[in-house]
Amino acid sequence: MDSPELEIVKRTAALARLEITDAEARTLAPQFARILAQFQVLTSVDVEGVEPMTGATRLADVTRADEPRASLPRAATLANAPDERDGFYGVPKTIGGGS
Amino acid sequence: MSAYEELDATALAESIVRGERTAEETTADALRVIDERNDELFAFVSVDREGALARARALDERRAAGEAPGPLHGVPVALKANMCLAGAEVSCASKILAGYRPPYTATFVQRLIDAGAVPVGMTNMDEFAMGSSSENSAFGVTRNPWDVTRTPGGSSSGSAVAVASGMVPIALGSDTGGSVRQPAAMCGIVGYKPTYGRVSRYGLVAFGSSLDQVSPFARSTRDACRVMEVISGPDELDSTCVDAPPVAAGAGTGALAGLRVGVPPEYFPDDLDADVRACVEAAIEAMRAKGAEIVPVSLPHTDVAIPTYYVVATAEASSNLARYDGVRYGPRAEGDGTLQGMFAATRDAGFGDEVKRRILLGTYVLSSGYHEAWYGRALRVRRLLADEFDVAFQEVDVVACPTAPTAAFSLGEKSADPVAMYLSDTMTVPASLAGLPACSVPCGFVGARDAQLPVGLQVIGRPLADELVLAVARAFEAATDHRRRPPRSAGGAA
Repeated sequence: MDSPELEIVKRTAALARLEITDAEARTLAPQFARILAQFQVLTSVDVEGVEPMTGATRLADVTRADEPRASLPRAATLANAPDERDGFYGVPKTIGGGS
Repeated sequence: MSAYEELDATALAESIVRGERTAEETTADALRVIDERNDELFAFVSVDREGALARARALDERRAAGEAPGPLHGVPVALKANMCLAGAEVSCASKILAGYRPPYTATFVQRLIDAGAVPVGMTNMDEFAMGSSSENSAFGVTRNPWDVTRTPGGSSSGSAVAVASGMVPIALGSDTGGSVRQPAAMCGIVGYKPTYGRVSRYGLVAFGSSLDQVSPFARSTRDACRVMEVISGPDELDSTCVDAPPVAAGAGTGALAGLRVGVPPEYFPDDLDADVRACVEAAIEAMRAKGAEIVPVSLPHTDVAIPTYYVVATAEASSNLARYDGVRYGPRAEGDGTLQGMFAATRDAGFGDEVKRRILLGTYVLSSGYHEAWYGRALRVRRLLADEFDVAFQEVDVVACPTAPTAAFSLGEKSADPVAMYLSDTMTVPASLAGLPACSVPCGFVGARDAQLPVGLQVIGRPLADELVLAVARAFEAATDHRRRPPRSAGGAA
């Protein structure tokens, strides 16, 4: 049976869409455990009643008028795609023949 | 006329405007030094020789036609490989973005160009800015010009070395948790991280969006001021930009007399390198000798800044890096032929070990059942860290402390131990989490006479006090001037 760390690494890798080999997972698991052990010190901080700080400024939400404006040309945007087909991004078929 | 390598950007621009040299000659000088030194140091991953010379020639022609010169007229500049310049390869030193050429130019790069600067190439970095040594680059390590067996620091390694070794007078890096200040300290140059939001992030490839700031490297504080004047200011393409005018470059004329300088004991722990401690303490004494009042201040949560930073930054990175999936850019790996399989195979082949480690960590701290315990808690501790700086700044004008706990460490020394590497960011991440302006300025050297390594003094200010932080750094530089150029051949102790 996998150790708890190995199980966490494999499950998290699937969530992160990372394909990692068993050997990679076995290298990562103890590193992961050691990093989380170091981070455990956070649980000793008293954060009762402290508001989360979600950004580095104290800005209120910034908005602008919702008006259409020019965007990048389609060809320029698609120029870096590894599989461009007729002005679209090409990806493997997702319906009508397996996943 | 002084040699190219001897002049800072301000002096070079003035020299060109006076007609002592042309922009084209100046760019050719930059290319010559790059040719002489890049094989050894690996500062640049790509050099746009023809494009740079053409841009410089155009500047000379416009000047001859009577056009007023910009503040960086004809000054060669290096860009970190995570900065968008239309048509240049912007790989972030990652295989997953190999060959990526953005169709647009970053706001801060355009502002440099509009000011007359000449981008000459893209510099090496830790992959996606994740690292403190350059050892996470997919393309190879960058070496410290003071000792080529040592790291220049990271993640903006190549930009720091390009400036320190005389290839270019100024360069841009990005500082998320110290990625400009730490290499500036280790290379003996100035590195300035602005207040979060002072410089637009439009066109900077995102790592930790609530932390990333474009930040200049320079060989003088006056050059750092000049670059900040050019690149800062609101940009409607980045809604996190603060509504404040560009940093005023006149900024740099402050005095130390009467300044209240806070010194936090938490930044001088028992395990601080003894030589670095002595160097920084001497720097603080030099500030006192010039009339500054040295005041002890307490920043008690400093010891939890590293885990707080690594939870917040990896969480943001795991989200930002989700976009690299083999659809819109970079090479694709087909995997098992399904869409999910293609995503996973592309990401497996494209990302290096440290990037995978951080994506995993960030995904974990955001995952169901762990989110509040890790990410939620880290955001609350982040608030405590920011609040305690606010309290300190009720008593003092700036905080002074070391930039890094050691001078440049040897390549390979920490690369197998992620936790040891993370701890090298101990003194830079608090200002990043709090969004504060912070400058690393050379404050002396450690080591034997024939193997000296530079040390940086970090000056931290309250939000939007960019002008004051730069003025203090400039006054310190004027009072002490520890700027020196590295030896031309630095074989190191090895």
